[in-house]
Amino acid sequence: MIASRNLWIGAALTAGFALAALISFIWVPYDIETLNIAERMKTPTGAHPLGTDHFGRDILSMIMVGARTSIAVAIVAVCIGMGFGVPLGLAAASNRGSLLDELIGRGNDLIFAFPSLLIAILITANFGPSAVNAIIAIGIFNIPVFARLTRGSALSLWQREFILAARVAGKGSARISIEHILPNVLNLLIVQGTIQFSLGILAEASLSYVGLGAQPPVPSWGRMLADSQTMISLAPHLALFPGLAIVLTVLGLNLLGDGLRDLLDPRLRRDRG
Amino acid sequence: MKINLLSGVAAAAVFAASFAHAQTSLTVGLQLEPPHLDPTSAAAGAIDQVLYSNVFEGLTRFGPDGSVNAGLAESWDISGDGLTYTFNLRSGVMFHDGTAMDAEDVVFSLDRARAEDSANAQKALFAGIDSVEAVDPTTVKVTLSTANGSFLFNMAWGDAVIVAPESIENIKTNPVGTGAFKFSNWVQGDQIELVKNADYWGTPAALEAATFKFISDPTAAFAAMMAEDIDVFSGYPAPENLPQFEADGRFQVLVGSTEGETILSTNNKMPPFDDVRVRKAVAHAIDRQAIIDGAMFGLGTPIGSHFAPHNPDYLDLTGNSQYDPELARSLLAEAGYPDGFTTTLKLPPPSYARRGGEIIASQLREVGIETVISNLEWAQWLEQVFRGYDFGLTIVSHTEPFDIGIYARPEYYFQYDNPKFQALMTDLNAEADPAARTALIHQLQSIISVDYVNGYLFQLATPTIAKAGVQGLWQDAPTQATDLTGVSWAN
Amino acid sequence: MVRYVLKRLISLAISLVVASVVIFAAIEVIPGDPAAFMLGINAQPDTIAALREQLGLDVPMFQRYFNWVGGLLVGDFGTSYTYRTEVADMIGERLWISLPLALIALTLSTLIAFPVGILAASRRGSVADVTVMGVTQLGVAVPNFWFAMLMVLVFSINLRWFSAGGFPGWDEGLFAGLKALTLPAISLALPQASILARVMRSALLDTLGEDFMRTARAKGLTRKQALWRHALRNAMIPVLTIIGLQFSFLMAGAIIIENVFFLPGLGRLIFQSISQRDLIVVESVVMLLVFAVILINFAVDIAYAVVDPRLRRSQ
Repeated sequence: MIASRNLWIGAALTAGFALAALISFIWVPYDIETLNIAERMKTPTGAHPLGTDHFGRDILSMIMVGARTSIAVAIVAVCIGMGFGVPLGLAAASNRGSLLDELIGRGNDLIFAFPSLLIAILITANFGPSAVNAIIAIGIFNIPVFARLTRGSALSLWQREFILAARVAGKGSARISIEHILPNVLNLLIVQGTIQFSLGILAEASLSYVGLGAQPPVPSWGRMLADSQTMISLAPHLALFPGLAIVLTVLGLNLLGDGLRDLLDPRLRRDRG
Repeated sequence: MKINLLSGVAAAAVFAASFAHAQTSLTVGLQLEPPHLDPTSAAAGAIDQVLYSNVFEGLTRFGPDGSVNAGLAESWDISGDGLTYTFNLRSGVMFHDGTAMDAEDVVFSLDRARAEDSANAQKALFAGIDSVEAVDPTTVKVTLSTANGSFLFNMAWGDAVIVAPESIENIKTNPVGTGAFKFSNWVQGDQIELVKNADYWGTPAALEAATFKFISDPTAAFAAMMAEDIDVFSGYPAPENLPQFEADGRFQVLVGSTEGETILSTNNKMPPFDDVRVRKAVAHAIDRQAIIDGAMFGLGTPIGSHFAPHNPDYLDLTGNSQYDPELARSLLAEAGYPDGFTTTLKLPPPSYARRGGEIIASQLREVGIETVISNLEWAQWLEQVFRGYDFGLTIVSHTEPFDIGIYARPEYYFQYDNPKFQALMTDLNAEADPAARTALIHQLQSIISVDYVNGYLFQLATPTIAKAGVQGLWQDAPTQATDLTGVSWAN
Repeated sequence: MVRYVLKRLISLAISLVVASVVIFAAIEVIPGDPAAFMLGINAQPDTIAALREQLGLDVPMFQRYFNWVGGLLVGDFGTSYTYRTEVADMIGERLWISLPLALIALTLSTLIAFPVGILAASRRGSVADVTVMGVTQLGVAVPNFWFAMLMVLVFSINLRWFSAGGFPGWDEGLFAGLKALTLPAISLALPQASILARVMRSALLDTLGEDFMRTARAKGLTRKQALWRHALRNAMIPVLTIIGLQFSFLMAGAIIIENVFFLPGLGRLIFQSISQRDLIVVESVVMLLVFAVILINFAVDIAYAVVDPRLRRSQ
């Protein structure tokens, strides 16, 4: 009961922000590339429901376009994590105990030892700040997450009878991994993907807050917060709304992830509570 | 020619001292912490901001209005050919460690600064020195290879202060100078404490102790000021908060001028900026007032050339680049870019650049010029823009005083190469007659203004916020310094 | 067991060597010259060259690597380019802020999470439980730096209870130091407390459902007694794992929070040193952080192996 309520609230919040991002491609209330200094730091009114920022831009429009940045960065980062992590995990599981398994395992540990913020700082120092660098930094951090998850659940599947049957039928490890293991871990991957997606939104916000993410004039929620920091005593709403956007999106994705997990695989419920 | 100037600072100190008050310590907030405490081996202005004039003194020193006054040299004679300077040092001057300051220390300091392995960030200040000799303990003779009208000005810089061989080894952590304040303690990451030098050769400081507290975060600076944790914030980092301080009777707000010409530096060798019509189009596309309002919340004076408005030789040339997007568009069309073009805009960390850059990008877009913004750290900026010439546009404030000479250096990062300007600059260096100099300086300003070498934006202003009772602070910033020698509390 | 520990030790050593190479390589190739940065835009090329020599930057890169690693092994972290002081001293000084910050945050999150998690688990489905689940769900979603900004707005700017940033130094007294760390520690602790409370609750619910709990109940213990006497102890394993993991998250989170509050800790040191191209400091601090995480992982692995011998084979 609670589970399905979570699922619906989560799906609604997520869909809301995704929709806002999509709509922003064809329409936003105000053009955010035109600055209007005279209209700056206006508190919310009918004309500007969330007020205007320090350059007189409409905050609602900024948040809508900023959603694009957040979602794009987080989705691509999840894809990087899955794209590399899942094959690595499958390979490690099908060669359990081998040198390859050990290498992948230790490599995962090593990546985990570097906080994604550190990776982002180093990449940025080398190549300059950009949304792409944020994607890479978050994506790298996602690889061991998916590799470990895939390996762990694939290992238990390899003990199952239907895999043994496939093996007896003469199928190779790679083929079994793709045809039999992968479909069975897919649910798990979808759930973990949702969670990593929400973590990605948070990570993107942190990175752009410290200036390591998307560059102006492309808006991002984290940078909106950074820009508003010195004006927080003058116009608190500049800091309020982008922060709320982050919280609601992450909350939505987390609820969605929980709901999906309960729906797809009730056994997993205890993993996250 | 013999010059002997009474330091205005000393006069102010005499006045202040007669009103000595129970409150004798001062806490000054600064945004940047010095990396170390040797002003003669780093470019960091933060070092001078704490130590200049307070702890270290040079042969000459800057006054609050930027004038060059007597320092450790109480007077000097200049030979007729302008090649020999004989400095008469004050007698009885002691370093804070008790050793005497004499001619040998001056020879040591100048020779160290111009040595081959010198790490002095402004080595060019000493470039014309041929030899430095100690004639007797209070007389130093400096011989130049060519006459240099700005030599006394050069010697007033923080990079030219007098240090002692006895204490040079640990100068980075324990600076020993001759000033009215002694270095006492440095809590790294937090504050530097100075105490009054009781044995000072000149008018003693009115304050018994001064603490410089480093608060880089504008929000924290605001909160610390409002909570009265600090008495003065020099170079307050967030102009958006000034109205709140002005409205509060507990504080006084001093907005002073600086030597910082803030410009939209343009790569003059990179097409399409090698075409003067394109540069002119950029100049007319920029609405300076919108930038001053938007990025600096109104602080700053519009400029139309690379020259400080408070300088007596300033010429107002803002008329050459009035905001006129229509004209900009037609100039672009004339230059063969009717649909505009795309270029890079590389921005260093200060907020004038970051905020100003977003506003300029929006203004340029209006006339069809698209910019790709990248926010850089200083190290990246130096590497890519300053040394690598890899930029279309950048925004930076040139804070050295009287630095129009950079336009005579074709290799300088914006790569302006105009033989006529270079010839005039040579003439200026050789010219001694004030009226002729003024005429030349006017000409120089005009040339770069109508050549639209760079987009000229505004003269950077520096806000100082102080408690109402603090007096004797410098309002303007002719050099990077927080001179506390004349500061005191009113009753 | 000895063989397992040995094997893990070897892989620990290899990880550290690989990490040191990766860190050194990634940082040394960063464009930007520390000497050029220090001397600013008016510096002459020969001045920069002279300074590079003074700083030891004219030595080939591989030799610098061996100097650095060799130094690390004997506890010599080198000398900072910009500050000209020992990197080890700088790190030591900064650790006195970062470590207390992480520890206070960890303690705080544990102190909040345990009672809350136990309350929710013992009254599953009650209003208290639903509230806890809702609030913690929100807590997980709040970015810590935004929470920090809001706290600065309320407690520093409006109420003026705390300063908005900076650190007075422990010399000013324990109270002043703790006061400066209060807001940063709370903003770090809140999201962690939310995660921990949720883990605590679900771990308790899991053990409550297991056989030995039913036995305990059958022996006449009330649900509450069973919870306190048996379930809590068994739930500690997953909870401790999370706490271990959180420590490295806290170290990383501290990088951002130290920047929000301008605390002179390790995180701020990394940002500062990167922007000043004080590469030797960056290398040593990053190596230290990575070393700490690898070491904690190692300790966790060994602890598991002790608790559960089966793991020795499956790992």
